Amino acid sequence: MAILVAKGVTKRFGGLNALSKIDLEVNEKAIYSIIGPNGAGKTTFFNCVTGFYTPEEGVISLEGQNITGLSPDRVTHLGVSRTYQNIRLFKNMTAVENILVGMHPHLKANLVGSIIRDRRTVQEEKESVEEAKRLLQFVGLRGKGDLMAMNLPYGAQRRLEIARALASRPKLLLLDEPTAGMNPSETQEMVHFIRRLRDELEITILLIEHQMRVVMSISEKITVLDFGEKIAEGTPVEIQNNPQVIEAYLGRGAASGLGQVQPVA
Amino acid sequence: MQSQNTSLWKPAIQSGLIAGGVAVLLSLVGMVATFNQRFIISGVFSMGQVIFLAPMLLMSYFFLRKTMALSSQKIVLYGLLIGVMGGLVLVLLVLLGTNFNLQAMFINSSSKLYDILTFNQPLAPGLMILLALSAVMGVLASGSFLIPPRISAAVIQGITWVLLVGLLRDLIITVTSRWGPLAGPVKSLFAVSGLKPLGAIFLFALISGLYYWRNGKPVSPAQKPTQTKDRSLLFWAKWAGLIILLLLLPPILGIFFSDILDTVFMYILMGIGLNIVVGFAGLLDLGYVAFFAIGAYTMGVLTSPELNADPMTYWQALPFAMIACVVAGLILGLPVLKMRGDYLAIVTLGFGEIVRLLALSDWLRPWFGGSQGIQLIAQPVIGNMVLNTQQELYYLFLLGVGIVAFIAWRLRDSRMGRTWMAIREDEDVAIAMGINHVAYKLMAFATGALFSGIAGTIFAAKLQSVYPHSMNFLVSINVLCLIIIGGMGSIPGVFVGSLVLMGSPELLREFAEYRYLVYGALLVVMMLTRPEGLWPDARRKLELHEEELEAEAHVLAEAETSAMKSAK
Repeated sequence: MAILVAKGVTKRFGGLNALSKIDLEVNEKAIYSIIGPNGAGKTTFFNCVTGFYTPEEGVISLEGQNITGLSPDRVTHLGVSRTYQNIRLFKNMTAVENILVGMHPHLKANLVGSIIRDRRTVQEEKESVEEAKRLLQFVGLRGKGDLMAMNLPYGAQRRLEIARALASRPKLLLLDEPTAGMNPSETQEMVHFIRRLRDELEITILLIEHQMRVVMSISEKITVLDFGEKIAEGTPVEIQNNPQVIEAYLGRGAASGLGQVQPVA
Repeated sequence: MQSQNTSLWKPAIQSGLIAGGVAVLLSLVGMVATFNQRFIISGVFSMGQVIFLAPMLLMSYFFLRKTMALSSQKIVLYGLLIGVMGGLVLVLLVLLGTNFNLQAMFINSSSKLYDILTFNQPLAPGLMILLALSAVMGVLASGSFLIPPRISAAVIQGITWVLLVGLLRDLIITVTSRWGPLAGPVKSLFAVSGLKPLGAIFLFALISGLYYWRNGKPVSPAQKPTQTKDRSLLFWAKWAGLIILLLLLPPILGIFFSDILDTVFMYILMGIGLNIVVGFAGLLDLGYVAFFAIGAYTMGVLTSPELNADPMTYWQALPFAMIACVVAGLILGLPVLKMRGDYLAIVTLGFGEIVRLLALSDWLRPWFGGSQGIQLIAQPVIGNMVLNTQQELYYLFLLGVGIVAFIAWRLRDSRMGRTWMAIREDEDVAIAMGINHVAYKLMAFATGALFSGIAGTIFAAKLQSVYPHSMNFLVSINVLCLIIIGGMGSIPGVFVGSLVLMGSPELLREFAEYRYLVYGALLVVMMLTRPEGLWPDARRKLELHEEELEAEAHVLAEAETSAMKSAK
């Protein structure tokens, strides 16, 4: 059963086709990766899914519901959540506050309730702080709740960003290069962690990743983008042996064997 | 270290020249002459003299504080150098001013100014005194680093209090005149302007003595309330005390000072509102006066018999004024939602001017009275009592401030406050978190507008009239300044900022003339030395001083480990 379906998604910036006619189908509870060289349109695709860009053509649907052109906050309410390539936490807020902001779609406290502090508002606030602490514990940041986000170490900031994304209880989680800037052991931990997200929380994960080792070990299915076009799709083994993919990554001629590469004049 | 010390001569000379430059500037803009009539110590020492000598003292103090770990000899030398350099610049000014006519360019360069600068002595000895006193100022600052901290702290306290009490003579005499047996002794400390010399000495001895004694007293553990019950009791006791004091202020202060208090509280009311817009949600609004105007004018239009066959009472019109302000806040909010930062500031600035010009226009004269404004605005009536004196209206302001501060505080610590903060921090991400930024920004605008409008209605009722020219752009700037000085996003900061910026020019009428000069200087100095404001929000303080705090923690941790090592 597909949770996210994209059909013929095209996004243009002026004359440039950042994405052209992308078809993509992500199954429920899958770990699905999008790879491709820099500028291939991976993050643009994320922005189209989350509603920050409206594609010129094509349809994106979530659980059968058309979400093309919806505003980002609506999309979040429908169960899509994301992290960013360059971490974008609310730096001057504490870890718990970051997560509480992430919980926004589920909270009901309004202007009047906040002022008079009726029982429901107080109760909700108490419960949400507890849930935030549980989430912190889940991502391995127990006891760090009162630290300013900007004071956390790099790896912890990545985790906090994921915790914040989880706080909206998403069905689909978009991770934009979650292992960027991490050393091998941290990367390994992150891979484990992403698996846990899927297995324990049953969240579908759409991943942009550059480290091939991560992509190949974790993904069930991979889509390869190059210059805004989908050039391949398949299981990790299929992708590894796809000549077009090797060409995109290593350059023309590489696929047919290193010995035959023409030296550049 | 030695090489570093020798290379300090140049910065020291520079600091001295800067201090001198500041003193010259203050003299030439006329502050020295204006303040010369106001004595700190009657017949001995005037505020004018403080103004041209203080730069040397302060510059020397900050210079020496920055360069730690000097030998005591060097400290005195540097202090002396800064004082002398500053003094020399002033001497140069006097020589220039007495020999050439600078008045074409500097209108305040009068013989009166030079008499003040030479202490009413003939030129040569006068200049010697000026130079010597400047040097003394520099050395005085270095002295504070040489004598034991307990003594120097006491002396500084003593001097500060003498300055303050001398300046606030009128206020203190008014307040204490009702204290019965105490009124006489207090009054005997003061002359017609400022303190009597003996009074000053007495006050100095009293304050520094008290301070010295208190500092030396070991803090007994019994004094610290350890139990939470005690602490919460203390907390409530403090609040109760504060509220009783606030309620008793008008009879204590009398009509004149109550009027000043009204102004201060009116600006607090507006400040708390703007603080929600600027401090919480991060939307820079330069047209805040518009809502004040809308509140005041709605009150005027609905209650003045001039414009209305069937005028309402204050209380009947109040809800309409509030609704009008909220609607205006939403109307301003809608078109500017997509704008950020500078663009938002410019558009709101325009909005403020549009409202003022509409009020002023002949076109709308039948409704708003044009430049004549609206008169005969109703005053609030409670029971049979008409609130029409400054003292009675104070309670209305106080009630308004109380309600509004409570609301702002509750909002800050709620989902609303968090959401505003998230929008301030990173709007795109906030939207991606499912936040409807349109709704939340509008809410901030509307809340801010409402608070400002309430201030406007009381203002209209107080004066019983409104004029377009009181809806000046400078009102917006004043409110913004007091938030910045008090501390962005901090509610107590609004109180402090308003008291400092709105209260002080009223208490010291001479200041009013230099109000914006002082504001400008204060803003620059604050941004350089204390960007978080006078009474910062706990969080803001963390943001801006993170490194220092971390460094402090580091030093502490190191000290701890070394202590542990030595213990082993």
